[in-house]
Amino acid sequence: MQSDYSVFDIVGPIIIGPSSSHTGGACRLAGAARAIFNKPIDDVEIHVYGSFAATLRGHGTDKALVGGLIGLKPDDERLPNALDLAREAGLKYRFVIEEEMAAQPNLVRFEMRNDKEGAYMSVSGASVGGGNIIVTRINNTALQISLKYHTLVVDHLDRPGAVLSVAKILAANQINIASMNMYRQGKHDRAYMIIEIDQPIERPVLLALRSLPNMSVIYIPQLY
Amino acid sequence: MYQYTCQKDIEEKTACYQISISELAARHEAERDEVDVSVVMERMQHSLAVMKANIRTGVECVQPSIGGLIGGNAARMYRYATAGAPLGGELLARAVAYALAVTEENARMKRIVACPTAGACGVVPACLIAVGEARGLDDAALTRALFNASAIGIVIATGATISGAEGGCQAEVGSASAMAASALVEMAGGSVPACINAAAMALKNILGLVCDPVAGLVEVPCSKRNAVGVANALAAADMALAGITSVIPLDEVVRAMKEVGRALPYELRETAKGGVAVSKTAQEIRRRIGQSLAGDL
Repeated sequence: MQSDYSVFDIVGPIIIGPSSSHTGGACRLAGAARAIFNKPIDDVEIHVYGSFAATLRGHGTDKALVGGLIGLKPDDERLPNALDLAREAGLKYRFVIEEEMAAQPNLVRFEMRNDKEGAYMSVSGASVGGGNIIVTRINNTALQISLKYHTLVVDHLDRPGAVLSVAKILAANQINIASMNMYRQGKHDRAYMIIEIDQPIERPVLLALRSLPNMSVIYIPQLY
Repeated sequence: MYQYTCQKDIEEKTACYQISISELAARHEAERDEVDVSVVMERMQHSLAVMKANIRTGVECVQPSIGGLIGGNAARMYRYATAGAPLGGELLARAVAYALAVTEENARMKRIVACPTAGACGVVPACLIAVGEARGLDDAALTRALFNASAIGIVIATGATISGAEGGCQAEVGSASAMAASALVEMAGGSVPACINAAAMALKNILGLVCDPVAGLVEVPCSKRNAVGVANALAAADMALAGITSVIPLDEVVRAMKEVGRALPYELRETAKGGVAVSKTAQEIRRRIGQSLAGDL
């Protein structure tokens, strides 16, 4: 349990009800998946597990998930109409209720497609209470991202020097790293560097990071 | 400098700086975020505005909730509170109506302030706003009261838990009730020890309350338990203002709550596998609405 609570963790967060984990956290998870995919989503299959599966509509979790995917925030009063808004926006979504027990009680997996680029990405995450979330998987790589900080998700190949090249650019721009974790599918295989930083990243720094060879860099400003 | 995580910290720091609990909480928040106290005050005032809006619309609205189990009780109670002859007096009846209003709005997917959770979001606003109206207090006083409530919430969250899945309803409505009790005492001009006694008594009175949501929804019995949280907070605050102290200090009650939460079986911690959630009626409700809860696929 954390020891340095904000009063706004207690009187707050301000969210669309009825449940901080089933609407607040669900919407946030979808927002995280949308940010990590970082492309317009044309089509999404939403796999829900555990209590998300049991009370999907009863808690409005379906609306919160789809709302997050079209960019609505957890306190957006349009969330109850998210399904209509998504249809208007041309997002095709399908829910798949998973019967199997998952590691977390409120788990969801988004399988997102972008037709134009033929891009596909699967992002899984859990709503862990009080509106807090953890992204637990991107494609085949298990990882942990809280999105409570400004976060860089660096998709790269597991090769020597990858970390150094990124760290050099951050250091040269006086950017302090709060935490850094590496996750890989396998040795010399696809890997993710998850870097949490204290201050927002300016565009020139992001461009410099994006010019690094064999890397794809996604930047997600602090979600909450 | 102003950080506090337990009753002892609150007692020492409010005595040392000669300030109220609300002032301590506001100063710590400002220090934590490296901003001026006015910034955190303004943010809290926004939360108060959301709470007031929930009450305003919630006492009128009779639309059913999204799960379909509640909606309309707040309006019923509000009419009774204002036009009937409520046994406990108009203040209590109004506060109960407000708690029902906020929780019904929550279950209608309206924007609410989790306090400390969405399931217990009715207790604190109902108590503070009903007493504020009865005593003619302004928004500044209510905003300060919310800081007082948060300080108690932080002590409980740090020492135990505010999650129903971890500690049962005692962690949600129990915590909210303790937060409200302390805030009410400060609003009525009570001392710091009286605030802490009120919080200790309120939490102690609801120790052991289980979380057993019918069909897994934040509707039944949650909405009415918020009403009971209100009555409990008012009773505890009045006892403290009358000079009654809690035999067991707040820190020890918090520890006891944590232990009771740990001892509660999994069935009674938000899983809808025990308590009234498995009653005959609840099972019928579950069968009736089960299909629509999961979705039409």
